[in-house]
Amino acid sequence: MRTLRFFKYFLVVVAVLSLPSPSPAQQMESHIGKLTGHSESGKQLFYRYCWGCHGFRGDGNGENWLPTGSYPYMPYLNIQPRNFVAGTFKCRSTQTGSLPTDQDLYNTLVRGVVNSNMPSWITLTAQNRADLIAFIKTFSARWKNDKPGDPINVPAEPKLTAESIKHGQELFQKLECWKCHGQEGFGDGPSASTLTDSNDQPIRPYNFAVGSRFKCGATNQDLYKIFMTGLDGTPMPSFADVIKPDDAWDLVHFLRTLQVTHKSPELTLWGSTKEGAAQIASRKVSGTPTGSGIKQ
Amino acid sequence: MHERAPQLAQKRISWAASTLWLVFLLLAIVLADSRPATAIPAFARKYGMPCSACHEAWPKLSPFGQSFKDNGYQLMNDRDAPIFQQPAYWPITFRMTPIWHRESSNRVAVDGATPGSTTEAQVTTHGFDWSGLDFHTGGTLAKNFSFYLLPSSDGTGAFHFETVYARLDNLLGSSWLNIKFGKFELDNLHSEKRILTISALGGSYQNYHFQPPGEALYKFGIGDNQAGVEWMGHSKDDRTRLSASLLSASDGQPGLPTSRGYETFLAGSRAFEVGGLGLQRVGAFAYIGQAPTFFQHTVTTPPTPIGTDSTGGPVMSLPSTANVPGTGIGNKGYYRAGLIGMWYVKKLDVTTMYFHGWDSAFLGTNTPANSPLPTGAQAPTWNGGLFETHYTLNPQFILINRYELIRMSRQAFATNPDDLGNVDALTFGYRYYPFISTRAGFAFHTEYAIVRTRKTAPISGLDLTSSSLLFGFDFDY
Repeated sequence: MRTLRFFKYFLVVVAVLSLPSPSPAQQMESHIGKLTGHSESGKQLFYRYCWGCHGFRGDGNGENWLPTGSYPYMPYLNIQPRNFVAGTFKCRSTQTGSLPTDQDLYNTLVRGVVNSNMPSWITLTAQNRADLIAFIKTFSARWKNDKPGDPINVPAEPKLTAESIKHGQELFQKLECWKCHGQEGFGDGPSASTLTDSNDQPIRPYNFAVGSRFKCGATNQDLYKIFMTGLDGTPMPSFADVIKPDDAWDLVHFLRTLQVTHKSPELTLWGSTKEGAAQIASRKVSGTPTGSGIKQ
Repeated sequence: MHERAPQLAQKRISWAASTLWLVFLLLAIVLADSRPATAIPAFARKYGMPCSACHEAWPKLSPFGQSFKDNGYQLMNDRDAPIFQQPAYWPITFRMTPIWHRESSNRVAVDGATPGSTTEAQVTTHGFDWSGLDFHTGGTLAKNFSFYLLPSSDGTGAFHFETVYARLDNLLGSSWLNIKFGKFELDNLHSEKRILTISALGGSYQNYHFQPPGEALYKFGIGDNQAGVEWMGHSKDDRTRLSASLLSASDGQPGLPTSRGYETFLAGSRAFEVGGLGLQRVGAFAYIGQAPTFFQHTVTTPPTPIGTDSTGGPVMSLPSTANVPGTGIGNKGYYRAGLIGMWYVKKLDVTTMYFHGWDSAFLGTNTPANSPLPTGAQAPTWNGGLFETHYTLNPQFILINRYELIRMSRQAFATNPDDLGNVDALTFGYRYYPFISTRAGFAFHTEYAIVRTRKTAPISGLDLTSSSLLFGFDFDY
């Protein structure tokens, strides 16, 4: 009998200790096409894959995040992982200040975030990704109180012309994009060294010269959305109230020409003009590959 | 005193029971505590991700980890080159396991009752021990240039190179073009190097190393690392994987010890999603090899006079000879082929594998190719199966169970018993990881394995049954 009693105590202790650890209480769902994600399933995935960077509480303070002061010598990450508690997201199809759609978050998981430690999670199943998104939404009360904004309208891309690129170049000056991104698009504008994000962490403007992908995608449509929605939580504002859609497309066409190592129709067309050829030649650097994988 | 004795005994039993239960409860608390702690080994330290991201339970890879490996130990996130690491970062991990284990075999040839005779007896031993030491160092030399180096020792500290390779990743920007060069694990979906069981009997897959009883001309295991060059390609999401290798016929031994023969290994698999159950994968593989059946010899000890004959002439000893490495000729073929399925039902996963083997009759009967085959010789063939289940309660706890069987379908001699060499192997255990970290790993490991091989006892020719029981603290940093 004594043994039986001890065994009961043992079972009770094991049962109690096996209960899930405290976490955000609300249950959330995500909806990606026909998929429905569940936060309970996503929780297990989060604590398998994500907490090292995003932290056990989803606040971006994972054990590998080294706070201000270590910049620019942070060995592991140089951009603080997303703080899900704040409920502010860079990559959205929705207006600035609004929550992203579930599809926006899903796209970020599929794509990863360029120039950060966030990899693509394309190897997970679609259901896993949907579940993770549902769980991420449990960290912030914003998901309970607010609704995601409506996706902005991205009009059809007009025909690419040299005039469009030229006009985009003028807008680049007029809108003072160069102050952060630099005249050559190297991310070295006069304000670059002073920029901080919403966590007061230093942040670097995007260097157009070194890649083909952007923070929130790789297509012209993605680039259009980036400056029409802004990257919330960063100094990159939304220009939706400043420029018209046609002007935005002109800017897209010009920004593509700053990617001098990425073959694009814009670069080819701009390089065929006298002015463009000179600009591109001045931006290209040739030499021994550095091993960083970043084209110079 | 005699009256008090039962009371004292009862008190002692009660105290012992209470202590036992207290220990049990403490163990339960330790085992049920699922707090993550801080810290990981080399790749984890580089990327700041917990072990559980790449490993369902280390060392077994998750699909994400498999993709990471297939990409050349890169996350493809623009932070793969070592230039993004602290200059002091050195991609090295060591792994070792202090253990207590018990090994038992039911029929071992031992001294008989009379001097010079032998008999069979059960031999059981147990005690504290330790594993070999592995130094894993790997990662990227530059973006899309990866490497892996694994000096590995046995328990005495005698090292050999288990893995030595460099790899060109994503050539021409394509995930379908990766070239690995050196000594490496074959592209086995069910990796033996990432096996979750570590005992003497359960620490390898029977099917991966099986050769019919009595074969002595060559040694081969599909689980052994081999030397050669491998092309590997995969889709971006790693759902489709293909590889082909050209390998030296040396079973991964250094110094070209056998012949100038080459072998090949082919593998392919496709993964697909089934609702919310998880990622299922099916695949096939084949190893086509050859082994020399005789060598040129060199005299290691020349004949020496050992006496005189009836005429007074010297009687010489026979010379000792050894194979001249690399001179093996008279190659004869063998192959291994199989199908594999990896099935997930949420936390439960089952790996099923069908295995088929064939050896040339020369290899099966240890006959040099320049000699006629013995009467009744035939090419031995066999079929095998593996069923391995894991229940991953959470990233910290996994239950493991594996059953393997091997059935000879044709013996090297028709006169051999049909079931000679048939194998049944059962292994089960658990691993509990008290913390999941981005710096180091630790696992409580408990395992039991039993293997029965038909009619292979050394003297009686009866069934040979061996077992291993192991407790260990498996750690790496």
